[in-house]
Amino acid sequence: MNEGFVKPEIALGGIAPEIALCITALLILVVHAFAGDRGKNLYLPLMSTAGLVAALALCVMVWGDTELQLARMVALDGFATFIKATLAVFGLLTVWLGRDYLAREGLEESEFYALVLFAVAGMMLMAGSADLMMMFIALETFSLALYVLVGYRRRSLAGQESSMKYFLLGSFSSAFFLLGIALAYGATGTTNLYTGTGEEEIEGIFGFLSTAPSQETGLLVLAVGFLIVGLGFKVAAVPFHTWTPDAYQGAPSPVTGFMAAASKLAGFAALIRLLESAVFQLRWDWRPLVIGIAVLTMVVGSVLAVVQEDLKRMLAYSSIAHAGFVFTGIIAANDRGVSGSLFYLATYGLTVLGAFAIVSVTAGRDERRVRLSDHRGLFYENPLLAGALTLFLLSLAGVPITSGFIGKLVVFGAAVEAGYEWVVVVGVLASAIAAFFYLRVMVVMYMQEPESPRPPLRPGPLAVGVIGLTAVATLVFGLAWSPLIRLAEQATFYF
Amino acid sequence: MNDTPILDLVIFLPLLGALAIGFIPRERIDTLRYAALGVTIVTFVFSLAILAGFDASDEGFQMGSSVSWIPDWGIGYTTGIDGVSLWMILLTTFLMPLGVLASWSITTRAKPYFIFLLALETGMLGVFSALDMFLFYLFWEVTLVPMYFLIGMWGYGNRIYAAMKFFLFTLVGSLLMLVGIIYLYFAAGGDPTFDYRELLGTPLALETQRLLFLAFFASFAVKVPLVPLHTWLPDAHTEAPTAGSVMLAGVLLKMGAYGLLRFCIPLFPDASRELAPIVIGLSIVGIVYGALVAAMQKDLKRLIAYSSVAHLGFVTLGMFVGSLQGMSGGILQMVSHGLSTGALFMLVGMLYERRHTRLIADYGGLQKTVPVLAGLFLLAALSSLGLPGLNGFVGEFLILLGTFLSHRWWVVPAAFGVILAAVYLLWAYQRVFHGEVTHEENRVLPDVNVRELAMLAPVMALIVLIGVYPKPFLDRINPAAERLVQTFNDSSVQPDSGSLAGGDE
Repeated sequence: MNEGFVKPEIALGGIAPEIALCITALLILVVHAFAGDRGKNLYLPLMSTAGLVAALALCVMVWGDTELQLARMVALDGFATFIKATLAVFGLLTVWLGRDYLAREGLEESEFYALVLFAVAGMMLMAGSADLMMMFIALETFSLALYVLVGYRRRSLAGQESSMKYFLLGSFSSAFFLLGIALAYGATGTTNLYTGTGEEEIEGIFGFLSTAPSQETGLLVLAVGFLIVGLGFKVAAVPFHTWTPDAYQGAPSPVTGFMAAASKLAGFAALIRLLESAVFQLRWDWRPLVIGIAVLTMVVGSVLAVVQEDLKRMLAYSSIAHAGFVFTGIIAANDRGVSGSLFYLATYGLTVLGAFAIVSVTAGRDERRVRLSDHRGLFYENPLLAGALTLFLLSLAGVPITSGFIGKLVVFGAAVEAGYEWVVVVGVLASAIAAFFYLRVMVVMYMQEPESPRPPLRPGPLAVGVIGLTAVATLVFGLAWSPLIRLAEQATFYF
Repeated sequence: MNDTPILDLVIFLPLLGALAIGFIPRERIDTLRYAALGVTIVTFVFSLAILAGFDASDEGFQMGSSVSWIPDWGIGYTTGIDGVSLWMILLTTFLMPLGVLASWSITTRAKPYFIFLLALETGMLGVFSALDMFLFYLFWEVTLVPMYFLIGMWGYGNRIYAAMKFFLFTLVGSLLMLVGIIYLYFAAGGDPTFDYRELLGTPLALETQRLLFLAFFASFAVKVPLVPLHTWLPDAHTEAPTAGSVMLAGVLLKMGAYGLLRFCIPLFPDASRELAPIVIGLSIVGIVYGALVAAMQKDLKRLIAYSSVAHLGFVTLGMFVGSLQGMSGGILQMVSHGLSTGALFMLVGMLYERRHTRLIADYGGLQKTVPVLAGLFLLAALSSLGLPGLNGFVGEFLILLGTFLSHRWWVVPAAFGVILAAVYLLWAYQRVFHGEVTHEENRVLPDVNVRELAMLAPVMALIVLIGVYPKPFLDRINPAAERLVQTFNDSSVQPDSGSLAGGDE
């Protein structure tokens, strides 16, 4: 069903994956309207898969290209391509997981796939934006899709509530982001990040900073502060995290996994491009702010997760803590920090998608069984599922031979190299606190007897596939991580 | 260097065995038991080949192999052993089959139990053989997971609390060590490498050494454990199943002492020397405090657990007094303590299997009903309290001698600790085995059976052997000990060149 897609000219290479995804998403809506419900849970996932695979292939095709495209609005560089490819993989896993979930819950199908594809397209655009306005459009695109996806269980009150909360606070953060753009424009006279080469004399923010005297950058520093706030909402950094537990709890589990993996990656993509590339020269100004956010995020996320009784809320707080660990890589502001953060986000995304895949299976119909105590004795009921969840939890806790350990090693290593040992010490102490609640889940699964007989778990074939794939990835990237690290090291900026 | 990678075979044999056991159906408990026993015995036999091939005159690392793993970061699979690791490896492979024999009463979920036990063995052997800091950390952390499950799933009443405490205490320490390893990695400069032997020569300012020493020390001191970081130990030892307690006391605690020897002293000799008084002080406190608390215990397992605190105090005391006698005595005491405490835990496990209680008050007069068990218990207790002619005496005597040479007055409280050991062990023995039978249930207890005798006899033989003729052990320990003492005593304060701060550009 992918014939509608035409290979774009190379000048569009920077947004070709996004175009492929948008066309597929529109096709899904149209085809479903005409072809009807027969076989819909076969052809709709197939179409989505085809679209995402095409997007992935387009990322591979432009691998290594570096160019500013579309009137310098879009950057095609290793950084954007790496993130887009990762997002496509996250999208694929979400779609597959969604199929089994939708079938179990009896929810509308076509809109789900279309929204996921639109969201991925928006996130990809975010990674490639070379202009603050473009970044804003991308932000809104994927945010709107996510608002709907979070409330996708229309009949569930929790779903509606979380969607509403996410929407309100998300709009709030968008306002901050816009204010940041306005201030940046006021300070520099442009919203472009980079100066185009060989064109008329419009210098971007990057160019402005290389020529402007330092006393003129005050307003830009303020702008960067607002932009960090706006993006801090998206990556769930403390103190902009308050929506996270509610939204994660109310959203359908596949969507929660998608948010934890992809939405965080997209937010960090914009943050990293902004801080490590566009306003890199201002690092001595933004670093104290980011250090503050990092320390708060790691500590608050870990401490609050300890008292959670709901597995999804616990994973939500853990995702907050993980945002803090990524920030330590950003603080380093060196090459190792950038590639480390990307590695961390990619591997964390795979692990957390696997964890939410398991939650979506064990939660049962209407996601009634998401409390910690509902997982009592899971090991005796389904040792493989419990084993996989254990692996994911150990990876989240950062225990060796899992990808989570290597992720922590690279970001902490980068920060130590840059001379921020004390932030790393805070980080390792936070991860020791975090280990406590991952262990709690294991205690429940292994060391307590099942409370009452429950209907046997019947994970769908695709859910099993997703869990298997993410589990293998968690182990492989924990033992032989250098290929992925090398790819992340090639993820360089336009500048 | 050896052609056959016998060391690597020994490290990974248990893990392969664990994988194989994964294919045995879980109902066939006998098959599972014998398979685990077979794997551990074969591992032990292979480890004897390591002993046979070990060159006692070579003070460097032997029998290792080195394979590049992640060349970009200079991580390699690098192994090798010296006289210290040799005995630790043999202790591990020796105690493991006994641990399996002590696990005969495990009938529920036997399959995961033996898998975890074997995985634990690979982790411990890896810790003692790794010469790559990254590899070492990996094994170090990986031992946590199976032990956590062994305590938490097959332990006694308060097992979950104990398992959690064990995991978190160790984790906090080892994460601080991780920061230290990363710092050292960058401070070394040159080609990036985690190879321990190359990092050894890293010049570090005293300031830096002190901080790094503390980062590593945090990890090892929790594991040893030194007072006041010992509080996880009584819980973990008491709640763990018998084999878990044997492994904890016999091997896992030695990992901490081994880490101090292998990393803290050689990598940061100046800081070690400077901070030695603190370590010595904590060791002495541990010796006296552990003994006093042990004497007050009502629970036999808890009593032995606290006795471990006291005995490990001797080990660290010997290591940090800066004399050869102390160092070799400390290393030998690591082996001795593994044997005697392992035996005591197995004996208490047997009593528990018979009476389902560990309280001293529930026993009394057992000498009449189970004379053989009583005799074996007495022998183990005498070995633990350091009776001349048994293994405990050799190590403790050397440690006291070494301490006397350099820190004369510290011998007084340390020797007092030996006396206290006699008090709590003999008093416990008296209350359990002497006198009249006070509880009717105790009249009909069966004495040790063949399996139990099979697991105790080898330990008892070694206890006597080391006590009477420790030379073959000390011969292999001494080269490594000499090297360590020399590093410890050599002044080598370096100019400040290892600082990393200053950030980018």
